[in-house]
Amino acid sequence: MDLSSINPLLLIATMIAASMPIFFAAIGELVAEKSGVLNLGVEGMMIIGAVCGFVAAVETGSPIAGVFAAMLAGAALSLLFGLLTQLLHANQVATGLALTLFGLGLSALIGQSYAGIKPPSFPQIGFGTLSELPVIGALLFGYDALVYASAVLVVAVWWFLGRSRGGLALRAVGENQDAAHALGYRVVAIRMGAIVFGGACAGVGGAYLSLLRVPQWTEGATAGAGWIALALVVFSSWKPFRVVLGAFLFGGVTLLQLNLQAVGAEINPVYLSMAPYLVTIVALAAISGTGRGAHLGAPGSLGKPFHASG
Amino acid sequence: MTEFFEVGELSKAYPGVQANDRVSFSMDAGEIHALLGENGSGKSTLVKMIYGIVRPDSGRMTLLGQPHAPANPSVARSRGIAMVFQHFSLFNALTVAENIALGMHRPPRARRLDDQIRATGSNYGLPLNPNARVGDLSVGERQRVEIIRCLLQDPKLLIMDEPTSVLTPQETGILFATLRKLASEGTAILYISHKLEEIRDLCNNATILRAGRVVATCSPQEKSARELAEMMVGSSFSAPERPNSAFGEPLLEVRGISLRPGPTFGTPLKEVSFTVKRGEILGIAGIAGNGQDELVSTLSGEASVDSGDILVSGASLGRTSLESRRRLGLLVAPEERIGHAAAAEMNLVENAFLTGADRMELARFGIANWRKARKFAEAIIEKFDVRTTGAASYAGSLSGGNLQKFVIGREILQDPLVLVVNQPTWGVDAAAAAAIRQALLDLAASGSAVVAVSQDLDELIEISSSIAVLNNGSLSQPRPVANYTRDELGILMGGTHDIRLTAEESNDSA
Amino acid sequence: MIRLERRRRQSRAWALATPVLAVCATVATGMVMFALLGKDPVEAIRTIFWAPLFDPNLASYARPQILVKAAPLVLIAIGLSLGFRANIWNIGAEGQYIMGAIAGGATALALYPLDAWWIFPLMITAGIAGGVAWAMVPALLKIRFNANEILVSLMLVYVAEQLLASVSIGLLRNPDGIGFPGSRNLQHYESAANSELITGTGIHTGVIAAIAVALMVHALLRLHRLGFQIRLAGLSARSAAHSGANPKRLTAICLAAGGGLAGLAGIFELAGPAGQLTIDFNVGYGFTAIIVAFLGRLNPLGIVLAGLLMALTYIGGEMAQFMLNLPAAAIQAFQGMLLFFLLSMDFLSRFRIAFGTARIN
Repeated sequence: MDLSSINPLLLIATMIAASMPIFFAAIGELVAEKSGVLNLGVEGMMIIGAVCGFVAAVETGSPIAGVFAAMLAGAALSLLFGLLTQLLHANQVATGLALTLFGLGLSALIGQSYAGIKPPSFPQIGFGTLSELPVIGALLFGYDALVYASAVLVVAVWWFLGRSRGGLALRAVGENQDAAHALGYRVVAIRMGAIVFGGACAGVGGAYLSLLRVPQWTEGATAGAGWIALALVVFSSWKPFRVVLGAFLFGGVTLLQLNLQAVGAEINPVYLSMAPYLVTIVALAAISGTGRGAHLGAPGSLGKPFHASG
Repeated sequence: MTEFFEVGELSKAYPGVQANDRVSFSMDAGEIHALLGENGSGKSTLVKMIYGIVRPDSGRMTLLGQPHAPANPSVARSRGIAMVFQHFSLFNALTVAENIALGMHRPPRARRLDDQIRATGSNYGLPLNPNARVGDLSVGERQRVEIIRCLLQDPKLLIMDEPTSVLTPQETGILFATLRKLASEGTAILYISHKLEEIRDLCNNATILRAGRVVATCSPQEKSARELAEMMVGSSFSAPERPNSAFGEPLLEVRGISLRPGPTFGTPLKEVSFTVKRGEILGIAGIAGNGQDELVSTLSGEASVDSGDILVSGASLGRTSLESRRRLGLLVAPEERIGHAAAAEMNLVENAFLTGADRMELARFGIANWRKARKFAEAIIEKFDVRTTGAASYAGSLSGGNLQKFVIGREILQDPLVLVVNQPTWGVDAAAAAAIRQALLDLAASGSAVVAVSQDLDELIEISSSIAVLNNGSLSQPRPVANYTRDELGILMGGTHDIRLTAEESNDSA
Repeated sequence: MIRLERRRRQSRAWALATPVLAVCATVATGMVMFALLGKDPVEAIRTIFWAPLFDPNLASYARPQILVKAAPLVLIAIGLSLGFRANIWNIGAEGQYIMGAIAGGATALALYPLDAWWIFPLMITAGIAGGVAWAMVPALLKIRFNANEILVSLMLVYVAEQLLASVSIGLLRNPDGIGFPGSRNLQHYESAANSELITGTGIHTGVIAAIAVALMVHALLRLHRLGFQIRLAGLSARSAAHSGANPKRLTAICLAAGGGLAGLAGIFELAGPAGQLTIDFNVGYGFTAIIVAFLGRLNPLGIVLAGLLMALTYIGGEMAQFMLNLPAAAIQAFQGMLLFFLLSMDFLSRFRIAFGTARIN
């Protein structure tokens, strides 16, 4: 096998690109879970985002419009989840599963006539001569706009959760819903906001997949990325910057597998294709095994139904 | 002149129950006013309406001559009303400062808030570290967080809901000093409790509630505790009789058991040892969260000990399962009625089967005999006067007292050699509590050994032969009840270590 | 003012009525969806729900097919329902189904062309074992490391799909297949074939097994202590522990039941309707079974009805695809919608909608 054909700079750049879909999905889910909501429909929201983003980009010719469409589509689907779980008190686990099953079906339906089309390509951000600098140019200035947006997003989420009053209220609701209610915080409203934010992020993650990562539409394109994003939230112990790290690792594993297959490593490609899923399982077991619930940072009211009794 | 705060004809109904029925009372500035009543008399609903959590169906309130109808707690807070909850409204994963900021109308910036917490703390003798995680604090310290949260808002009216139920007598003393100081500065305090002596000690006036109505308003110092109790309960009731008998051979021996804290059990158990003899009731006193749950779980077999041993009639239990312990005669009635001792959405037959399957032979080769289970449930209902429409009713439809009678009765009818009960009368009306205590005394008299774990000192003094105190996972040497003074028990409950700490802290702040 | 009041316990009447209401709502919404796709909505619904059962030209083909489709759905859904009742969320039945088929299929292929009566029972056993083994991974990781069984079981679906792809073009490929992917067809191997028991009815051993399992699980839940503990664990984990149930044991049992029945469904499908292991052997029964389990209210007998209904939408969907050119994905979305409506209607059984302010007695 010839490892020298793998260019390290290119590898890092593509690793970042590979990590973007699960990053967006996971950071959104993190905010939702911090508010105490377990939305297992990430896969469904991602794939709806992927297909809506793709269709909108193709129809308007603008990939930016595609991203916004994906955001709206993901948010719309998550709103459905919010209505069912927060207002109608449906079981969160079952509703999340329904979201995924429905999303997979609906996306196939929407995308059926778009298979095999190439979407408009995403504009690179022009940094002028900066991006021509050796090493640093490729490493820092060679990405699409969404990569930079993701960096802004993670800082924003970190600041909001850790430093702002709104974020404090959101964490309070997720930590102890009854106490937050007793103090006068609007549990359902705050959670709805967090759910919709999570949906919008998952939608963007999906669009990244269909517009940038593999610029085409295929049925079931997310192939479990949404589920990996869910695992990533646990893996990151509900900390925003660790999501970045985790996404990068998972992205790296996915990519390494493709690269190794490309250079003809003498490993059965089946095992390589399994790698991202197996790594997720191992990471999940390792991180769950080390700590105790609260010390991992799991919100106290995660997944619990809330009904104001008085 | 208008009253400082006035409640007029306030009513609130929930499905099936009139929680408040035309309740009226009034308060002056600087007054400590008691709201006295049994569990379920409507005290909590009333204060929730004052604080804006619940909206009244009818009636009015006025604060300083202005109509008071808060749409939510933040409106109430902005008008100068603050409340310390019975079950703390705290967030364990957050810091003291974050918890306090969450309860404030307009919190200052982080650093200024930290300074204010320290300043107010030292002013009122309530020292706290603003950056500590609330989950790591003791119960008494958590209450300080709640109180400081209120004080920082400069409240005109402070509501305290059963504040001493989690405190040692010494901590209660510190709390009362703080409250008197506040009242002397002009703050009105609405003090909710069912502890008569405390109210006689602290309060200027008392409004007594029974079944949602005001039954009396009085000055508590002028009444005896017994008079107050009769107004609260509505009829005189008798204390259970305690038969005098000598004890037999040891039935339960606990030898130096230890338990490391884990995800479900937060408090470690440290070398806990005691012996309970035939006919004896051992009371285990202590403030909640000092290892009661852990001790009861290791006895029942839901948790397995790390070291030490438990013996029933001389036979070592080791790591035997819950079921085989039951077969040996060690039965346990846990604290939580719903969701531990019983399942709300199952009927009483199924709930009787829940723990009775083995000893009452309600199942053969795993196949349930529901007819036999029904007979067992009906026997419990009859013998223990459980008020219900029948064995087919769901556990969740029973009142707290009736369900507790069912839960305790279920274990007693299985003829236990050793019965362990955790908080046997917590949240139960007075009549049911008296019945349960009598049943425990009768059980011991009939030759069983009983371990009663309770936070209610009066209850333990009433029924126990001897008492030991659980503090931070360590159990004191059991002693006959007569050999204690109340103060001694209080010091044991607080732990000598804590007392020294409190003294140091108050020196620091002085 | 409209308020929700929590019922003291679930209303039995509403619990029975909500699946029916959900189906009605789904049909109504489905008609809108079909109209948007440019199809005649009435014709589409007729083709999906009526034609397979009563159309004189189609029913003779479609009715047996409904049983063939319903059998795996019912088997898997009953297994899952035990876990769902106890708050153990195995959603990787698709993977366990695949592993059952691979394990059972490999057993048969290893013995080919031996002719013996014990081959079929051995395959069934191997199929169950394959499913159980696959489900034991999330079970053990949950018991040992407290790892989330939802995520682990789901990840293993993708792993199983990769394995399936691998063995159907590699290890288990038909040596006489002149290079085509896929294993030997078990329908042509008499000792291993799961053929129709009564010609023309679609009834194969798996259909009988589904009915038997439904009855057994029904009895288990109503009469046996284990069933009592499973029900209790779903209502309150601590009460279950207090009654003497070992939560780890329950986790293992519920996941094993789900995996074993999914594996059983897999081997019946492989040896019967599917015939051979191919890369696209699995068609999503493991996921649709989740809908079936909820639609049947996690009750074994309800699941049988729900499985039949869901099978009807599959067959009807195929017909609509064939006759009206309705896309296959529309049926998938239709099924997803059904679960949504079911979950949203469910609140009627747990809450009472009250108008006006609270009554004062």
